[in-house]
Amino acid sequence: MEKEELIEELKELIITRLKLEDITPEEIGDDDPLFGEGLGLDSIDALELVVALEKKYGIKIPDEDVGREAFRSVNALADYVIRNRDGAD
Amino acid sequence: MAYNLNNRVALVTGGTKGIGKAIALTLARAGAKVAVNYSSDEEAARETVEQLKATNGFGIALKADVSNSEDVRKMYQTLLDETEALHILVNNAGIIRDTLLMLMKDEDWRKVIDVNLTGVYNCSKAALRPMIGEKWGRIINIISPSAIMGRQGQTNYAASKGGILSFTRSLAREVARLGITVNAVSPGVIETELTEVLNEKVRKEFLNMIPLGRFGTPEEVARTVLFLSSEEAGYITGTYISVDGGMT
Repeated sequence: MEKEELIEELKELIITRLKLEDITPEEIGDDDPLFGEGLGLDSIDALELVVALEKKYGIKIPDEDVGREAFRSVNALADYVIRNRDGAD
Repeated sequence: MAYNLNNRVALVTGGTKGIGKAIALTLARAGAKVAVNYSSDEEAARETVEQLKATNGFGIALKADVSNSEDVRKMYQTLLDETEALHILVNNAGIIRDTLLMLMKDEDWRKVIDVNLTGVYNCSKAALRPMIGEKWGRIINIISPSAIMGRQGQTNYAASKGGILSFTRSLAREVARLGITVNAVSPGVIETELTEVLNEKVRKEFLNMIPLGRFGTPEEVARTVLFLSSEEAGYITGTYISVDGGMT
């Protein structure tokens, strides 16, 4: 899958999993921070997202250090998924 | 009211003897698929699995030292490969090494904290991913009157159980929004193989502390755990229920 496609898929996943009904994928900038400012998600949202991502892509987000890096933005998240998903080398 | 746990998967640590076994069988009778964890007694594990299967057709025993995170990781992998879900975790595994503090061996302090408190940390942490995936979960931690009022000779045990109670309150706040409740049950003096060996003097001493004038049964503890596991207990979180005849 191309990275642009993955980025779109991740935006959809964030919106549906976290029920962000008043936000459209276009409103999420690729480099916007997901937590705090930016999208304004909180750390409990992150737990749900971790579980959803691990299930869908077979990746592992084992601890906070990894999570902070992966959740910097949708762009960073896509990079993390590409580097770590099932069958990735 | 008959509580219905059909389609629920439960894991009971230390689930092949005494209170843990009564909890496992009670959850199974309510319809849950129950896995029991044990540390060493293969015979008790085999027997419990047979009784679970006779109850509702499902039953597995998983050997693991709950204080060892690698053991716990493997236990969850085996469990989830089999059931693909976990809804109810009962942290019951525990040990005692009673000694007056001044004469306590470091080993007796460490072992009790490792099994009782770190065991709850390991097992609860591993349970969260499957529970968050289901957006539903029940974590029930077995504590003790020692956690609430203290007991001489039990500084290690009381510290571990008091730690579990604080852990219960904090985790409850963390995961409430995710559909998971976390509570504790505090059994008083319960008739098990542990109390059978008490001498007459100690039994009397205990009975004098219990307003209801008798020891409890494992089933009385199990029924409370069943309630907290049920849909009906969904508005209860971050607290404990004493099943101790009024002792505390």
